[in-house]
Formats: sequence, C-alpha cells, structure tokens
Amino acid sequence: MSSVEQLVRPGVGAGLADTFRSRFLLKLLVRKELKVRYRGSVLGLLWSYVKPGVQFLVFYLALGVFLGLNKGTENYAVYLFSGIILINFFSEALGNAARSIVGNGGLIKKIYLPRELFPVASVWVSGVHFFPQLVVLVVACVFSGWHPSLLQLAAAVAGFVIVALLATGLGLFFGAVNVYFRDFENIVDLLLMVVTWASPVLYVWTMVRNTLGSAFFTVYQANPITIAVEIYHYAFWYPTTSGTAQLPPHLVEIWLPVGLAVSLAVVFIGQFTFRRLEGRFAQEL
Amino acid sequence: MATAIEVRNISKQFVLRHTRSLKEALVWLLKGRRGDLSQKFFALHDVSLTVEQGESVALLGFNGSGKSTLLKHISGVMTPDSGTVRTRGRVAGLIEVGAGFHHDLTGRDNVYLNGAILGMSEEQINERFDSIIEFSEIGEFIDTEVKFYSSGMYLRLAFSVAVHTDPEVFLVDEILAVGDEPFQRKCIAKIKELAAEGKTLVVVSHDLDLIPQICERGVLLEKGRVVLDGPVEEVVGELRRR
Repeated sequence: MSSVEQLVRPGVGAGLADTFRSRFLLKLLVRKELKVRYRGSVLGLLWSYVKPGVQFLVFYLALGVFLGLNKGTENYAVYLFSGIILINFFSEALGNAARSIVGNGGLIKKIYLPRELFPVASVWVSGVHFFPQLVVLVVACVFSGWHPSLLQLAAAVAGFVIVALLATGLGLFFGAVNVYFRDFENIVDLLLMVVTWASPVLYVWTMVRNTLGSAFFTVYQANPITIAVEIYHYAFWYPTTSGTAQLPPHLVEIWLPVGLAVSLAVVFIGQFTFRRLEGRFAQEL
Repeated sequence: MATAIEVRNISKQFVLRHTRSLKEALVWLLKGRRGDLSQKFFALHDVSLTVEQGESVALLGFNGSGKSTLLKHISGVMTPDSGTVRTRGRVAGLIEVGAGFHHDLTGRDNVYLNGAILGMSEEQINERFDSIIEFSEIGEFIDTEVKFYSSGMYLRLAFSVAVHTDPEVFLVDEILAVGDEPFQRKCIAKIKELAAEGKTLVVVSHDLDLIPQICERGVLLEKGRVVLDGPVEEVVGELRRR
C-alpha cells in the first residue's frame, strides 16, 4: 500500500499551484468568509446589492446634479461608479489579503496547509462582493443608453483580471512581510488611501496629461489600476455618452497588455517573497 | 518494514525577537548594529530519529524540551535550519484539536472545513460524514453553530474529524484529555485500534500512566537533544527518576 510512496520532505509546497490543487479547501474558505460576514442578518447577501445601489444614487444626485459635474463630464455618476467599483474591489482584496496570514496565525502554527490559500481566498471573497456592484453598474448603464461592443466587454473582463492579479501579488507580498513587521498593515492602508487618487476615478485623465506633460503621464499611465479604471470607462461609461469624449490613446492595443504584464510581474515578485519568508511563519506568528 | 519518518541531524534555532516594529529595527541598524536585537536558543539540537511504518512512538520530556517542536517539523509546519526531515505517505496531526474550527459556523460546516484542512477530499468527507457524527455523539446538534457547544462537545467533534482523516502517519499532541471519561476511553481505544491497523503513531503527552498503554517505544528529549531512545517502560522510568 503506502510503501510504494516515496519519502518526501514535509512542509514544502508548490506555491500558487497548490491553491489550484486544493481548490475544494479554497472553496470552503471562501464560503466560510461569506457566511461569517452575513451571519445573523435577514437580508444576507442582498446587502451587497443595497449598499452599492445607494452609493450610486448618492453620486448621481450629490455630485452629478447638485455639484453640476454632469456639465463637465457626461453621465458623471456612471463615470465615477465604473471606476470606483474597481477601487472597492482592489481595496477590499488587498486589505484583507495583507492581514490574512497574521489573522489565520492560529491555524498556520498548528497544521501544515498551502499558506497561499489565505491571501488567494481573500481576493476571491472580494471578487464575490464585486459582482453585485457590477450588476448595479450595468443597470445604471442600461438606463443611460448603454450599447457596448464585444471588444469593450472583453476589455472589461481583462481589466478585472489585471486588478485581481495585482491584488493577489501585492497580497502575497504584504501578507508575508506583515508577519515580521506589523507596520506593513499601516503601509497598506496608506497605499489604499492613495490608490483612489492616483488613478482617474474622480477626475478625467486629460487633466493629468495637461498638468504633468506627456513624459510624466507615461509613468502615471503605467499603473495597472489606472489602466484598468480607464478600460472600465471605455467599456461602461463611454458607450453611454455621445462619443465626443477623448479616450487615452492606444488603451486597448498597448496599455492593456502592459497592465497585464505589470500585474503578472507583481504576482511573481509576491510569490517569490512569500516563498522566501513562509518557512519561518510558524515561529514568527 | 519501510521507514515512515526519517529525521536526520536537524537543528532549529528560535529567535526571541524583542521588537516587531520597523522603527526599532531601523534605529538598531543606524546605531551600527550595536547590541543584540534578538536572543537565540536551540529548540532542537542535532536530533535524529527514524520511525518504521507501524511503530508507535512516544516523545517524552519536560516542558520546553522540544517535543512539540519536533512534531511540528514532522508535520511540515516548521522546516529545520539544518538537517532533513522526510516522511512517507500522508501525515495528519491531531495537534491541538479544533485549530481549524470557526465559532460562527455550524457543526456540519466545521466538519467539512476541518476535514479539508486536514487533507480530506470532498468525496471522502461525504463518505465518512455519518461515521464522524456517530463517533462524536453530537447527534442533532450538528446543525447548531459550534459557539453554542459545550467544550466537551466541541472537542469530541474535532477529535472525531481528526481520527477519520485516515493518514499513514498520525501525530498526536496532548489531546488525549478529550471530553469526559467514557469518551476519553473511546478515544484511547480508537488510537489503539489505529496502531493495531499498522498506522504509524507519534504521541506527545505528559500522562505517564497512559503512554505505555499506547506506545511501544519511547524517546526522551532534554533541552532539544535526544537523550534516551528505547522501550517505553524504560524511558518512562528514567523520566520519573529525574
């Protein structure tokens, strides 16, 4: 029976590939998070629809109508909301992933399991919460006369992938270093505060180009979050407008692959750091 | 007989870190690394141990002798600074029951979650679910959140999941004090049954009366070194004399 098996070194995993191999456990971890979040509430997951719905109405009335931002940017509420749901997804995913290793310390100290599961599960949970926001956005778009092309829809999927990969990579990195120095939790919070403003979520990208000049704008544009937000404008907001607005040049053919490449590089760096540090998790936690 | 666990000359140093903030680490670096930021001590010092398949081994020693650390190296939770650990087949730890339990989930959800954490597949849990419930004597409370369980019920369910994982190598750390006496007897009977089936057992316990009932071989650790390895009665006798 077992004598056929070889002697192997315990506690040496295959990194992110392990999370795919133990996807049943990953599924249970994600389900646990969702169940725990909505325990004891009657509306349950419905709250995930109510919150972004109200948020959109507030944007529409307060910013679009009262502040008059609709005059400068057509359908300003749709513009703002399509960017902000990506930021919400990224903030929740990275914030939770960075705390996931320390938060599950009790388990990591006792039982060996692929530790990458915890940051990855955090990103999945945020992905589940992203969906209702996307539904609210699509409903708002349809009411504003949305007529997207297939390319725009495919670009939206790619935009989501860019953000999910970036959150996974940074989540692995910060989750691991946070075990050694808890300062990194605060660094992540700081980062997340800056993220909303470092991308054209509330303002329009042309304002940045006009102020910074084209050289610095290229640096600004290389941020994967900026690329993903612009892709969401391109996929959701742009098809609801008269089409006179200026889009960033070469968004789909150059910047989208750049965003994917940067995010993938971050995943590799995150995975590398995680594997270097995980051997001592059990004694440092 | 094939080797189940092979521990070769492993050493593990623990760092007693004084600081967990970047500020203090930076200040220390700027001061030219004067003084020790951390103290080190050997939790395991050049430990070697070979366990054959089907053997039942007790790790004995006083608190802080390195028993649990050695067990954590065998389970893979920790990796040694030097030396190698190799195991054959699936290793499951009954290391502190209920480590993977979540208070806000029902008993049923926890059985699945904990089973998966201990390495069972979905089919295996489905197949053994009834047996797990029966052994735990939880009955109708299985769909109640575990935060409402008594501590005995909690431990019984956790123990039951763990013994149903069916690994080749079983690591048991101080969990024999589970539940009331009838259940404790049942647990010990179950562990003996596993040993009789030819499973490899490594047990850590301070209960010197219980150990000889379960194990044949004893290994005495002191300050991170193996000082005695032999028949369990002999090793227990030596520990009692100290």
